[in-house]
Amino acid sequence: MIETASSGTAAPHYRQPLLGTPFHARSRALAQVDQYVAWSGYSTVDVYTTVEQEYFAIRNAATVYDITPMTKYRIAGRDAVAYLDRLVTRDVARLRTGRLGYCLWCNDDGELVDDGTLFRLGESEFRLCAAMRQIDWLEASAIGFDVSIEEVTERIAALSLQGPVSCAILKAAGLGEVATLPPFAIGRYDLDGIELTISRSGFTGDLGYEIWMDPSAAEAVWDRLFDVGRSRGLRAIGSRALDLARIEAGYLSPWIDFVPAEHAIRVGRARSPLELGLERFVDFDKGHFTGRRALLEERRRGPRSCLVGLDVEGNKPARAALLYADARCRREIGAVTSAVWSPTCKRNIAIARVDAPFSALGTSLWAEIYLNRELVWERRITRARVVERTFFAPERRRATPPADF
Amino acid sequence: MSAVAARYDVVVIGAGHNGLVCAAQLARAGRRTLVLEARARVGGAAVTREFAPGFRASTGAHLLYGLPASLDAELGLAGHGLRSAAERLPTTSLLPDGTIADVDPGPAAIEGAARAAFDRRIARFAGYLAELHARVPPRLGTPDWSDRFELLRAGFGLRRLGRRDMRELLRIGAMNAYDLLDETFESPPLKGALAFDAVLGTNFGPRSPGSVFTWLHRLAGLGAGGGRGLWCPQGGVGALSAALESAARAAGATVRTGAPVARILVEADRATGVELDDGERIEAAVVVSGADPKTTLLRLLGARHLDAGFVRTVRHLRNTGLAAKLHLALDRAPQIVGVDPARLRGRLVIAPSMDYVERAFDHSKYGEWSTAPALEITLPSLADPSLAPGGAHVLSATVQYAPYTVAGGWELERPRLMEALLDALERHAPGLRRSVVAAQLLVPPDIEREYGIAGGHWHHLELALDQFHLLRPTPGARGHATPVPGLYLCGAGCHPGGGVTGLAGRNAAQFILRQSE
Ligand SMILES: Cc1cc2nc3c(=O)[nH]c(=O)nc-3n(C[C@H](O)[C@H](O)[C@H](O)COP(=O)(O)OP(=O)(O)OC[C@H]3O[C@@H](n4cnc5c(N)ncnc54)[C@H](O)[C@@H]3O)c2cc1C
Repeated sequence: MIETASSGTAAPHYRQPLLGTPFHARSRALAQVDQYVAWSGYSTVDVYTTVEQEYFAIRNAATVYDITPMTKYRIAGRDAVAYLDRLVTRDVARLRTGRLGYCLWCNDDGELVDDGTLFRLGESEFRLCAAMRQIDWLEASAIGFDVSIEEVTERIAALSLQGPVSCAILKAAGLGEVATLPPFAIGRYDLDGIELTISRSGFTGDLGYEIWMDPSAAEAVWDRLFDVGRSRGLRAIGSRALDLARIEAGYLSPWIDFVPAEHAIRVGRARSPLELGLERFVDFDKGHFTGRRALLEERRRGPRSCLVGLDVEGNKPARAALLYADARCRREIGAVTSAVWSPTCKRNIAIARVDAPFSALGTSLWAEIYLNRELVWERRITRARVVERTFFAPERRRATPPADF
Repeated sequence: MSAVAARYDVVVIGAGHNGLVCAAQLARAGRRTLVLEARARVGGAAVTREFAPGFRASTGAHLLYGLPASLDAELGLAGHGLRSAAERLPTTSLLPDGTIADVDPGPAAIEGAARAAFDRRIARFAGYLAELHARVPPRLGTPDWSDRFELLRAGFGLRRLGRRDMRELLRIGAMNAYDLLDETFESPPLKGALAFDAVLGTNFGPRSPGSVFTWLHRLAGLGAGGGRGLWCPQGGVGALSAALESAARAAGATVRTGAPVARILVEADRATGVELDDGERIEAAVVVSGADPKTTLLRLLGARHLDAGFVRTVRHLRNTGLAAKLHLALDRAPQIVGVDPARLRGRLVIAPSMDYVERAFDHSKYGEWSTAPALEITLPSLADPSLAPGGAHVLSATVQYAPYTVAGGWELERPRLMEALLDALERHAPGLRRSVVAAQLLVPPDIEREYGIAGGHWHHLELALDQFHLLRPTPGARGHATPVPGLYLCGAGCHPGGGVTGLAGRNAAQFILRQSE
């Protein structure tokens, strides 16, 4: 049996390398196909029923995804703003209390260490959420700053409630004020004596919220959401369905779309925000931040490659496909990092790294796609076009208050 | 708080001897230059001060070994009052049995033939190193031809040694002094004294890898000194700093003492001047710091203007000193057993064998000082009576090894080390204790405080192969430049390191002038 982090009876870490999250008993009950994955030391559900069923719930109803394993750091102290402004590429001083923002952080060479979301909880209190642990980098960055950094992953349970019906479910659960929360805002609420922090954020590119709570309240919150949500189509989803949605939204996944700089071993494998098409999150005018000088130099020189969106002909996902400038595959110019058939867009989409000269919107390329058809491999050379990387961005994700579904 | 005062082309932080050399050279090239020194006097660790009423000593560096003769000439230091009090000082090793050993080279040298052959070869290696010392290391990975040329030149210098010498240099370059001396000589006192020179001012013992390099580094300085050998100016080492100040002023530089810089001002990612402790702001197109790299980069500039990885690198630079200074005011001339008056004016070392030095070092590794310390002793007032009242004398000694942090703390240990030192001296100079009228012992934390050198290290940053040339002050350093445009370093923490040589200051001036061409 899997122990939960908060149960207090957890077996020694070396005997029980994967912990359950505080939602484990609940998710276990719904995980019909028994497919789990390890995520930062926790066992989490990969698929509950089928990926398709879960995916369609994201886009057409509402879904709950357990994000407790997300690494969370509490960053506070007199220099918290100065520290974070030196750490990340966006202007933290301009992030208001009660707001959150997507942000990137780089090493000295301007290569992406990781991306994540930064919550401003008070004048000089922040929470940084990231896919991976990286206390070493955060502490190295703290030299010379009066700031405290503490990992609080285990102290906060969190659910991501996403989909067009997510606000309606919160309202039905008795959290009506959430409706006034604009995108990237954070609010504090009371659910029958349970203290909740809710932010309007998520990884699906759609209307959605993230609910943060004490682990002891985890099951009660889950139950309340499902009590009122079941009739509205609420489903629990695993990582696989979420991955589909995040590719549609054009969001990047570490290890898949980029190698975190501190983990890249081979020269030239790490990527800069400019190469990843994230320049709009880099504020060169705010003052110094780690990697700024290298990025300015790279901007002057022009990045070597770019991470672009692709619209691929046909309906076979171009997974891991090599890309060529010509149909005869003589000049290799990049590779696909993420690819799916998008059920909502009805397009065969991909995220791909291409050499800079081939990154302009509209550029036509060729993808070499391999298909395994009952153990017989077929090779397809398929035309692909460079397009905006945000494939799915419905208006409803921004509307405040959200429409009632 | 006063508002913006004047605008200079260059502000130099710190009137250490390197800062003064740098300022003099920049002023000579027509730059409007201001030197700001935190203390009331110039010179940094190259200074001569009253440490007891009527008694003066060179309380940092006390013997010159690395000042290039060419620098004297360039700045006309003789015209600014620099006189030598004593040159080519002999070195005498004091042995436990009350005898002495003459460890100098020459016709009467111990193991004369082997010594002569060894010295000739070592001098060629030191000569190669001296060439590296006199030049700004190239920057790697730039398209600049001057950098590539510089790199080629360094390689070429090595080739020019010839195949056999080059092979030998590569063999011994990272070796330890103990093994090299052991395979070359027999005499314990000779080996002890030479090994002592190899490790003087570093965090090494004779058996530490890289101690041949630190020895060559010292010999490179001696080789470029124009045959003066070990020497001392009239009035002490501080007189050199006074001459440098005078040369800088004559070239048009302004020197302000009692003007501590609180921080380096940065605007739009460029150093634009400095702010003093009292709030005064001084603008300048270029800021050069002669303070140690940690002080300059972490304290005066601040982490927020630097990348995190770089700050971590700077923080990890090794910079704690291991040498202490002892100053004694004596009411009469000391008698040292077996040492004649001529040798008494020279340098005396207590390093009777390599094992003795190594054992003294061993203690330091564990935060202890040794009751059998290795010492470099001078009696400067014998040659320069101006340093002490009539008939009285001064003893100045460098003490190896006194760790920056001692178990028990220096408040407690300082007087105990003082006692141990007096005991050690008394063994060779019976009656010395009774003639002591005042005594001062500066351990590394005192040196840090007295001279504003974070860590109190002889070379600001440890002198070692991994902190030398292209790797000094940090790996990938770009000459004297820092990551912040307009801010440069010119102190001992830069290539080629410390010792009173003026090379870092001279190279920095050259580098800055070349950048602004
Ligand atoms: C114990 C000991 C014994 C030594 N013995 C010898 C020897 O016998 N022979 C020899 O050749 N070398 C010797 N050395 C080494 C030599 O003294 C140094 O390497 C050399 O003096 C360094 O010179 P510098 O100009 O680079 O730096 P420093 O002399 O350290 O000068 C730096 C200057 O910057 C100033 N400064 C620092 N911060 C500020 C600020 N914020 N604002 C304004 N000014 C500031 C300091 O006050 C100082 O004047 C010895 C060193 C030590 C520690």
